[in-house]
Amino acid sequence: MKRLLLLIAFILAAPLSAQDSLPPAPYAYKQLDDPRQEAEAKALMETLRCLTCQGQSIADSDAPMAGDLRHQVRVRVARGEKPEAIRAWLIERYGEYISFKPEVTSSTWPLFALPALLLLVAVFVFRNKLGKKA
Amino acid sequence: MIAEFGLAALWLAAALAAMQLVAGALVLRRDEPTLAALVRPAAVVQGLLAALSFGALFLLFVQTDLSVRLVAENSHTAKPMIFKIAGAWSNHEGSMLLWVAVMALAGALIALIEHRLPERTLLATLAAQAFVSLGFYAFLLVSSNPFERLSPAPPEGNGLNPLLQDVAAAYHPTTLYFGYVGLSVAFSFAVGALLTRQVTPDFARAMRPWVLGAWIFLTLGITAGSYWAYYELGWGGWWFWDPVENASLMPWLAATALLHSASVLAARDALRAWTIMLGVVAFSMSMIGTFLVRSGILTSVHAFAVDPERGSFILALLTLYIGSALTLFALRAGTVAEGERFSVTSREGALVVNNVALSAILAIVLVGTLYPLLTEAFGIKVSVGPPYFNPVSALFFLPMLVVLAIGPMLRWRRDSLGRVQNEAVLLGVIALLVLAGVWFNTSIGLLPLLGLALSVAVAVGSVLPLKGRSLRRLPLAVWGMVVAHFGIAVAMFGMSADSAFTKEKLVAATPGETVEVGPWKVTLETVEPVAGPNWTALEGVLVASYKGGKPKQIAPQSREFWSPVQKTSESALLTRWNGQLYAVLGEEIDGGRWQIRLWWKPFVTWIWYGGLLIGFGGFLALLGRVLGDLKRRNLQARIARRRRTAADEEQAA
Repeated sequence: MKRLLLLIAFILAAPLSAQDSLPPAPYAYKQLDDPRQEAEAKALMETLRCLTCQGQSIADSDAPMAGDLRHQVRVRVARGEKPEAIRAWLIERYGEYISFKPEVTSSTWPLFALPALLLLVAVFVFRNKLGKKA
Repeated sequence: MIAEFGLAALWLAAALAAMQLVAGALVLRRDEPTLAALVRPAAVVQGLLAALSFGALFLLFVQTDLSVRLVAENSHTAKPMIFKIAGAWSNHEGSMLLWVAVMALAGALIALIEHRLPERTLLATLAAQAFVSLGFYAFLLVSSNPFERLSPAPPEGNGLNPLLQDVAAAYHPTTLYFGYVGLSVAFSFAVGALLTRQVTPDFARAMRPWVLGAWIFLTLGITAGSYWAYYELGWGGWWFWDPVENASLMPWLAATALLHSASVLAARDALRAWTIMLGVVAFSMSMIGTFLVRSGILTSVHAFAVDPERGSFILALLTLYIGSALTLFALRAGTVAEGERFSVTSREGALVVNNVALSAILAIVLVGTLYPLLTEAFGIKVSVGPPYFNPVSALFFLPMLVVLAIGPMLRWRRDSLGRVQNEAVLLGVIALLVLAGVWFNTSIGLLPLLGLALSVAVAVGSVLPLKGRSLRRLPLAVWGMVVAHFGIAVAMFGMSADSAFTKEKLVAATPGETVEVGPWKVTLETVEPVAGPNWTALEGVLVASYKGGKPKQIAPQSREFWSPVQKTSESALLTRWNGQLYAVLGEEIDGGRWQIRLWWKPFVTWIWYGGLLIGFGGFLALLGRVLGDLKRRNLQARIARRRRTAADEEQAA
């Protein structure tokens, strides 16, 4: 009976062990010593999505996933990798979704055609609707 | 008993809305005095009943009546009263009931006080208002009854999301809702004017206070929401271009454009069809915003309703309203004469720049927000974030700021740039001086640089219209414009300064250690446990001094709520006139060292001061318009009375 109770207690406690008890990666909450590199890393982090949060970048989140990615970005920047190379590497691993900065591709071109179209419309409005004298 | 009373009142209100719609629509077809006499009283009683219904829900939350499902799911007896009350609308059903109640009260107010428009136009407006309300009544009664009972009643409630247990968070959705409702009223006015072919300056004057009111609430709602995200999420970000934020920004953009085009219509009888179109667009944006937030199509802290049935209902309503309004617009727009003409360099011309730029930004935000949802439907996940929105919207926003600095000085109808030459040169020199000053001293991004330069020029430009005018005799509405434009400059300055000059420091400190961030020296004194009504926390006591000045204490906390269980970090802020020190307490690492995040954010508070100024400017303008209307009405009544007495005396003689 006692063993049964113990077993039930363990089963109930199972979700606890699923919590990540690992300490955060070293550079998740630590800045790089070189301020120029840190600024570069920060700028990149602000354009990467925290995949487990909603709408926040990895620079704005306490989520473990965001911490791990901050560590990755800082370590790679410190190693001398270019920010755009790190972005490409992350996109390769996690898909386009991770980057807040859409590139012009076959699936995103309308986003870039839109402002151009709007500029044309604006020019048209001013030339044709307002060009005539009152 | 209260719950049943609330539900009955809701049904009755819905029935009256149906009557208001049918009577109003029949009067449009042929003149029937008996039916026409029904519409205004129906609107008034409908307003009272809907308000009573919401009052009943309010009471249920105050009493924490756990036999009502909604209360049991969203409240808890241990919660502070201020959040019990907020529980009445911090959920899907309650917020929808609040929406219809406010909308019905707005309808009642129109029915009671609006006598400027032709009677037929007003009845058509009230019928349109009833048409919109009916959809919401159906939504509440069919798929989201807020008064549903639970049997048996649970012994304790579920509580409220701890992130929402915060005064700003508890009240900012209501301000946004008031804004949405105001835009629905503007929409009804537009439909009424279109149905009866009365797109006149009087229509614009009748609609304008409602647009202004909606705009004030939206401005304050967005400002409060942004400040909430800033201090609650614990990383110092204040705008994320998150779909939920965009959902509130889009109606604001449309309302801002509508406000300016309605001014042109009221003052100059121009931009008729365009103003009607903006009225339809502004309300459509608030429906789209509601859909995005309420349908659960985006999952985030705001999207608490995750239920496809509701989403499809809102989508159906949205299609019905926008579809029928656009069809009506297509049928009638041709018969709306173009209105008065004007040249490019005129007040109207400047306002058209404002309208085109705001509409373009609106289109960018709309497409940028919906595009990822669209591609997701085809199995492609993309993200559109700040690196897209910031530069692309700046493409239109920065030119608009230039025009904003000059436009208010131009005359109506026709003017020449030569007349405002001196002012234009002055503003240009100011902008260039700031640009050069910042450029040679620091290296910052292009957008913050332009933002700083333009914000100073706009700040000066916004007060130039006061030049040469008697300040005591200046109409309140002009003061409102000046204050709101100045607010735009203040907010812009805060945004640019924050993004250009923020200093960040992430450290693991032992008690007694001192950290430098920007001009601040911050010492960690102790970390101690503290307890609140429904949470426990670890509190870090920090002592900060600015440039060696008098030290001040701040205490960030890392809180654990227990109903429901959730962890939040409560940031601590030290505010100076020129910025904020922002501190967050993180976890303990390798025994005795605490993670601390510190930011020095120069002028960041100016973002929200700017927002408040913009709202206050709107309030002054609204006050000026309403007082002006009252004065005119009194005058008319007095003239009518004098005429009557004169006629009587004549008869007596």
